Amino acid sequence: MAWQRKILRVDLTNGTCKSEPLNMEWAMQYLGQRGLATKYLTEEISPTVEPLSPENKLIMATGPLTGTMASTGGRYSVITKGPLTGAVACSNSGGFIGAEIKSAGWDMFIFEGKAPQPMYLYVENDKAQLLPADFLWGKSVWETDTLLHQKHQDPLLRIAAIGQSAENGCLFASVINDLHRAAGRSGVGTVMGSKNLKAVAVRGTLGVGNIRNPKGFMKSVVAGKQVLAENAVTGQGLPAYGTQVLMNVINEMGALPTRNWREVQFEGAGKISGEAMCEPRATDGKANLVTNAACFGCTIACGRISRIDQEHFSVKNSPKYWGASGGLEYEAAWALGGDTGVDDLDAVTYANYLCNEYGMDSISFGATVAAAMELFEDGVITTADTDGIELRFGNAEALCQIAEQTGKGEGFGKEIAQGSKRLCDKYKRPDLSMTVKGQEFPAYDARGIQGMGLTYATSNRGACHLRSYTVASEVLGIPEKTDPLVAEGKPGLVKAFQDLTAVVDSSGLCVFTTFAWTMDDIQPQIDTACEGNWSVEKLAEAGERIWNLERKFNLDAGFTAKDDTLPERVLKTPANAGPAKGRVSELGAMLPEYYELRGWTPQGEPTQETLERLGL
Amino acid sequence: MQRFLHIQPQKCTGCLQCEMACSLDNEGIFNPAKSRIKVFVFHSEGQFAPFTCTQCNDAWCMNACPVDAIQVDRDTGAKIVIDTQCVGCKVCTIACPFGTINYNRDTGKVIKCDLCGGQPECVTACPTDAISYIDSDWAGFERMRASAEKSLASAANS
Repeated sequence: MAWQRKILRVDLTNGTCKSEPLNMEWAMQYLGQRGLATKYLTEEISPTVEPLSPENKLIMATGPLTGTMASTGGRYSVITKGPLTGAVACSNSGGFIGAEIKSAGWDMFIFEGKAPQPMYLYVENDKAQLLPADFLWGKSVWETDTLLHQKHQDPLLRIAAIGQSAENGCLFASVINDLHRAAGRSGVGTVMGSKNLKAVAVRGTLGVGNIRNPKGFMKSVVAGKQVLAENAVTGQGLPAYGTQVLMNVINEMGALPTRNWREVQFEGAGKISGEAMCEPRATDGKANLVTNAACFGCTIACGRISRIDQEHFSVKNSPKYWGASGGLEYEAAWALGGDTGVDDLDAVTYANYLCNEYGMDSISFGATVAAAMELFEDGVITTADTDGIELRFGNAEALCQIAEQTGKGEGFGKEIAQGSKRLCDKYKRPDLSMTVKGQEFPAYDARGIQGMGLTYATSNRGACHLRSYTVASEVLGIPEKTDPLVAEGKPGLVKAFQDLTAVVDSSGLCVFTTFAWTMDDIQPQIDTACEGNWSVEKLAEAGERIWNLERKFNLDAGFTAKDDTLPERVLKTPANAGPAKGRVSELGAMLPEYYELRGWTPQGEPTQETLERLGL
Repeated sequence: MQRFLHIQPQKCTGCLQCEMACSLDNEGIFNPAKSRIKVFVFHSEGQFAPFTCTQCNDAWCMNACPVDAIQVDRDTGAKIVIDTQCVGCKVCTIACPFGTINYNRDTGKVIKCDLCGGQPECVTACPTDAISYIDSDWAGFERMRASAEKSLASAANS
């Protein structure tokens, strides 16, 4: 079974917590986590609901393998309608709270309504209650974590919280768990804040059992761990350098978007790379990286724990930042570094700390700052708009200042907090917003890696690399090498990755396992744990069903094929250097074939036949 | 040969595979809360430290037990709890200087590491060899070997 078969429904308006059985009929079609929670969401809210209204719901969901010994089996997702995009939002996080929710006996928490005053949810196994959070409101994620541990006198309490940014309506606020793991994107934290829900604190001591075939499960788990250990990416590259192993690689292939995507190679990439994090600093002789760290159950351990030089300008007068904390992964290093042109590793690390402390998505924050920097460089905004901050590309001090302002909702930070699309619209330069469906691009240039252009344009949660990480194939040759500069064949590749990822995101596992694992490694782990005869074919169909369910929600919310597009800078302005020099994204050539492969009309809508085939 | 659990905290990533393996072997369920080995996180230092019973020779817990519920496993040297004798008085948890024997409210007995009868599951599960099961008389063997290798190199250079 692996599911706990129990969900907690939290009515914030009336202050009640009720247990109800998990809908197992849906679990057989949508597995868990992303898929199953999206099913609940789409059944329970109107697609046209205003994301920040009490009528929207927020779901924290685990997968059937969450809390088991399957490597990386500690994931959970936060699902809602996102305020940044107006599309379905689903943000996935590791750390430890997912397994704790499961160990407390729950598959999901569904939050509905809006609390009349700030509250937090406290769960100790089957006991769940909403408690006043007045003493937490206005506090950072880190302060909230400390205060809740103190109040409950429980060092083993696991906490997910929002920071001040969500309280202040920042549209890309995250839900941060275990101090520096983030359900990062699309403003899921903003929705939590709009409900006056400050934190979720969980202690679970019941454990996860109910494995359908325990011996078979452990056999497939051990085999899976072996595959991860022997693979060069998951066994060596990721533990040593984290996802930051990519910084130099992507830069060399001319696909590292630089200074708000004006350029495709960053001369400072080496200074903010994974390798640089391991080198002793000239200033104090210590490396930025202290150690690697694992999320619950993960045998890869790509997480970074960093320390900033105490004499660095960013932290010199702030001892609270002198200890070790969550370091840079590739996306954050790119958004806060490459996209802003800042090559000061400790400054970028500091900005990342602030994103965790105040609860902001480091990708959207960095990318919006990059857009603001271009507005500044173009003279559209001046120091009169930015409260004196010289918001120029490469200005590390400015990055640190604006991070604090945005986190606190002060000064020009209030405008950054609205995201790149709204910022650029306000100053009548929508061409400078590097977004799809209102969400900022991640760290791969769509001109140099063609599959990623289609990935961004068709992602159901706005621009995102994690919906179909074709970089694996186009750059790393996993499962087989395709030419990143060629659009041909990419629609099929994108569809396959999208469906596979939807399965992984619904299982409790981490998508990074797919650097090493194929469906043949994942399927036995799911099938031995769960009832339902999960064959590879059935899983692939579930992935496709999840993708179409999300698509249908977005179409019903008002999105059309017109929204499956990319900014003109990517479609019309050729890459300025590197192997992709002279190229643009060939989205127009890929999209019709993609729709056809999906069983959608040329208008991007699933045909009746497709919907029926998938039972939608 | 008698072996013991040799823990190298600097190799630990905090993944808790050991805790799950321990609870699975002892309780039949994935449940870190019921693990006999515990990984401690020292966040601001960026350090992890797995910790469990060191199987003292002259064991405080064993000496303190009023009902002889803690006995020596003759094969492994582990101090093991005899559930049928344990009355849950918790005196052993007070006596242990390391805190590695603890009460389990679900069973009303105390629980501690029993070395899994000579095949510790935490060792098998650990992905980074932070926990190994080695000859108790040669805890320093690997370090001694490394030092010896260094001495070879310096001899060659002189």
